[in-house]
Amino acid sequence: MVALNSILVELTEDEIKEVRRMLGREPNYLELAMIDAEWSEHCSYKSSKPVLKQLPTKGPRVIIGPGYDAGVIDVDDGYVVTLHIESHNHPSAIDPYGGAATGIGGVLRDILCMGTRPIALLNSLRFGNIEESAHSRWLFKHVVRGISDYGNCVGVPTVSGEVEFDDCFERNCLVDVICLGLGKINDLVLAEAKHPGDSVILVGGSTGRDGIHGVTFASRVLTEKSDEERSAVQIPDPFMKKLIVEATLEAIATGHVRGLKDLGGGGLTCGLSEMADKGGCGIDVELSRVHLREKNLNPIETMISESQERMVFIIEQGYEKEVCEIFDKYELPYSIIGRVTDSSKLIVKMDGLELANLPVKTVANAPIIHRKAIEPDYIKNLKFIEKPVLPSNLSSVLLKMLSCPSIASKSWVYEQYDHEVGIRTVVKPGQGDAAVLRLPNGTFLAIKVDGNSKHCYIDPYNGAAGCLAEACRNLVSVGAEPIAFVDHLQFGDPGNPEVFWTFSESVRGLADYSKAIGLPCIGGKVSFYNEDKVKNMAIKPSPVIAAIGRIEKQDWITKMNFKHDGNYIIVLGETKSEMGGSEYYEYIHGLVGGVAPKIDFIKENATMYAVIDSIRKGLVKAVHDVSKGGIAIALAEMCISGNIGASIDCSNIPAYDLRIDELLFSETHSRFIIETDSVNMDDFLGTMKRAGVAYNVIGKVGGEALKFSYKGEELISIPISDLKDRWLGAIPKCMGEN
Amino acid sequence: MRVAIIQFPGSNCDLDTIHVLNNVMKVKANLVWHKHNDLRDYDAVILPGGFSYGDRLRAGIIAAYSPIMKEVRRMAKDGYPVLGICNGFQILVEAGLLPGALLRNSSLKFICKWVNLSVISNKSIFTNKLKKNHLLRMPIAHNEGRYFIEEDSLKELYKRNQIIIKYVDENGKATESSNPNGSIDSIAGICNDEGNVFGLMPHPERASERLLSPFDSDDGKTIFSFMIEYIKER
Repeated sequence: MVALNSILVELTEDEIKEVRRMLGREPNYLELAMIDAEWSEHCSYKSSKPVLKQLPTKGPRVIIGPGYDAGVIDVDDGYVVTLHIESHNHPSAIDPYGGAATGIGGVLRDILCMGTRPIALLNSLRFGNIEESAHSRWLFKHVVRGISDYGNCVGVPTVSGEVEFDDCFERNCLVDVICLGLGKINDLVLAEAKHPGDSVILVGGSTGRDGIHGVTFASRVLTEKSDEERSAVQIPDPFMKKLIVEATLEAIATGHVRGLKDLGGGGLTCGLSEMADKGGCGIDVELSRVHLREKNLNPIETMISESQERMVFIIEQGYEKEVCEIFDKYELPYSIIGRVTDSSKLIVKMDGLELANLPVKTVANAPIIHRKAIEPDYIKNLKFIEKPVLPSNLSSVLLKMLSCPSIASKSWVYEQYDHEVGIRTVVKPGQGDAAVLRLPNGTFLAIKVDGNSKHCYIDPYNGAAGCLAEACRNLVSVGAEPIAFVDHLQFGDPGNPEVFWTFSESVRGLADYSKAIGLPCIGGKVSFYNEDKVKNMAIKPSPVIAAIGRIEKQDWITKMNFKHDGNYIIVLGETKSEMGGSEYYEYIHGLVGGVAPKIDFIKENATMYAVIDSIRKGLVKAVHDVSKGGIAIALAEMCISGNIGASIDCSNIPAYDLRIDELLFSETHSRFIIETDSVNMDDFLGTMKRAGVAYNVIGKVGGEALKFSYKGEELISIPISDLKDRWLGAIPKCMGEN
Repeated sequence: MRVAIIQFPGSNCDLDTIHVLNNVMKVKANLVWHKHNDLRDYDAVILPGGFSYGDRLRAGIIAAYSPIMKEVRRMAKDGYPVLGICNGFQILVEAGLLPGALLRNSSLKFICKWVNLSVISNKSIFTNKLKKNHLLRMPIAHNEGRYFIEEDSLKELYKRNQIIIKYVDENGKATESSNPNGSIDSIAGICNDEGNVFGLMPHPERASERLLSPFDSDDGKTIFSFMIEYIKER
């Protein structure tokens, strides 16, 4: 951090030298503050850019890939969906309610400013141990309430999500939010200022001191002083956001909106410089016109404030009145703050007096940092640990696994979210592995988010690829073919070569896997500095993947609940002794280490497409992917949601020389559980055989208990009502509600 | 026949409701901005769900003073069907068109889930052809849905058959666990004494297409279809 008399900037000495070189003069304070915001890690991706280049970004349905506010995918008949992921980790760690709510606010704006209506939200949350830690419970409760209050009020359903608990998130909770938009291809708008003479209009919330230095706050580690930085957290206003959504969509319908950008990280500085840079123009902005929340905001504060609920519109010259009438209808404050120019400069004036004059290219393009990456010692040390003693009572182990907060039902969370508004939600939370939404052209879109920090900690390469694979398997389970994904990569301080190695490995894993299955990455986000200097702890590597898939026909939509007494249960894929990072090792035995699940790209792909094929042929009744907690948990979930039992012979699970606990709880990838009936059984098994997928019939649906036997001996028998009580009751119990 | 769906700033079930009326019920409906003050072209009015004015001060209270409410009152008085769904119910209560109050859920949390409802009275024109104890399945989604009314007024509601639907379990019994929000006597919806103004917390527009129902049901349609029949017969 460099102190320059009156302002603090995070720019390094080298970066300041670079600024001087590029300008050919000494920058003034305002100019430095603007460059400081835009060159923050958060806005500029200066550490991650060279690594992210590996990800494939093109595909037959990709209309717009990374680099804009959201990725755009063609879903036929003139319709597009937009997808983006954001996190609000640092703000949520000190103000969980406001931090999470403004996270939703931010990602909604990203979707809106592409010219599309936000139609669904998802969230992916990571907290410390809520069974032990009151602080983690406090964070969990208020993050969920923040998302609930904001998303519900703004009228966008929260349709799916995931929550993971691990000690490493005790102080650095992770709050990832995903938004899906829907629009027409002809209505797309880009964040570009291309036509000199056009007006720059700031719409929505007034500019105040909240969120000052938000991006630089997000670009360093949390300290004991972080609580004093609450002014770096913005104030949410979902009602204002709802009005902005409707007004923006109405304004776009006039045909005179030529550019649109939300103001998030870095405020006006980032919004204006990025639009000018992308459009190849300049912008003159007059600060006296900006509507302020408080008097005597200085120019630096005005240019970097991250006050919420603001959008910048570029309006075709001559049509300002027509568009502003729409803002008047919704009683939204707005001000015409500047004009697009042909100067390639961002010029900031106050009452006509020039305060900053920066080449747009300089502001918008931070110098890249090439970071060092070194494999951490812990990775090697964790590989070789002794297997735990086999527990004698596996029934009680299964019940305990069901009440593990990472595995237990998340109904406590999703019942606080309106997941129905918009009347598109066909497969709702808890019904299937992914949410399914209907689209106006009669097709369906599936969406899911997944992460697995425990796997990624032990094996970042396979762990990250595994998150993407799991997200895809979840889509496949509801009958969808994956079409695109976005990633959110969350790590500690990139200046630490060991942290940077885990980041590079994760991206390499994602890139290799997405190339192997031909799935494009259409956007994403990087969040570094998720470290806590109080406890001197960085989070486990936490890539999170949100993927979307397409379902052409209603008949293909598949849910996970077991359907009929007497139907057959089949496991696809081989189970391996890959117990590292499993909930079984960590939750039951307190063991961190071992070999984490690896991905065989070819087998994974073959299995997924064999499942899609059999769903389309109508050969299956229920599908569920095997993930956290292994086969035993997957089966329990299918029994609970179907309210019917099952009898399983573990001796028939395809595997080579495994112990019974490994058969039950291993988290090996590329596996599904399928229910089919006697009519379709042969056809289904034939389809699997032709695809080269390992499979076996392991039991039948029926009865009122879930039973496991092994080598002729009954090992587990638990009534469905007991499974249900444990699974549904675990999180309310942690939260002190029953 | 034409139905008005009022849009307040912050309404968010307006588009869902018009979709159901236009595409499922096949009747004409229009979105009407709350600043309009003329509903003379309409045969019925719906106040949709959402968060009018962001639930500021209290859910529904600001919208209850919108210019359009003068016309809504006229229609209520003249016997036209007036339906308030969720936030619309809250607005009708705040406007004094229905008695009682809607308080914060007893769990102090927003609740979104499908519930079972039992028809208690067929006094309202929206339920007048349903048998008593008929079961309806619809989702709720609200923060402030705990219906409350003083004891004397509650007795009056019973006496005049104004309690239209209650939250019940799948066997049709009103129990503590089937009451999602702590409403007095499990009340989910009531009507005025004339039966033409009906407010309910559950969302019929979210339960009008089988595709969207976990139970393959479309019970929400019945509410709209009785309204339409009533208009036709009127």
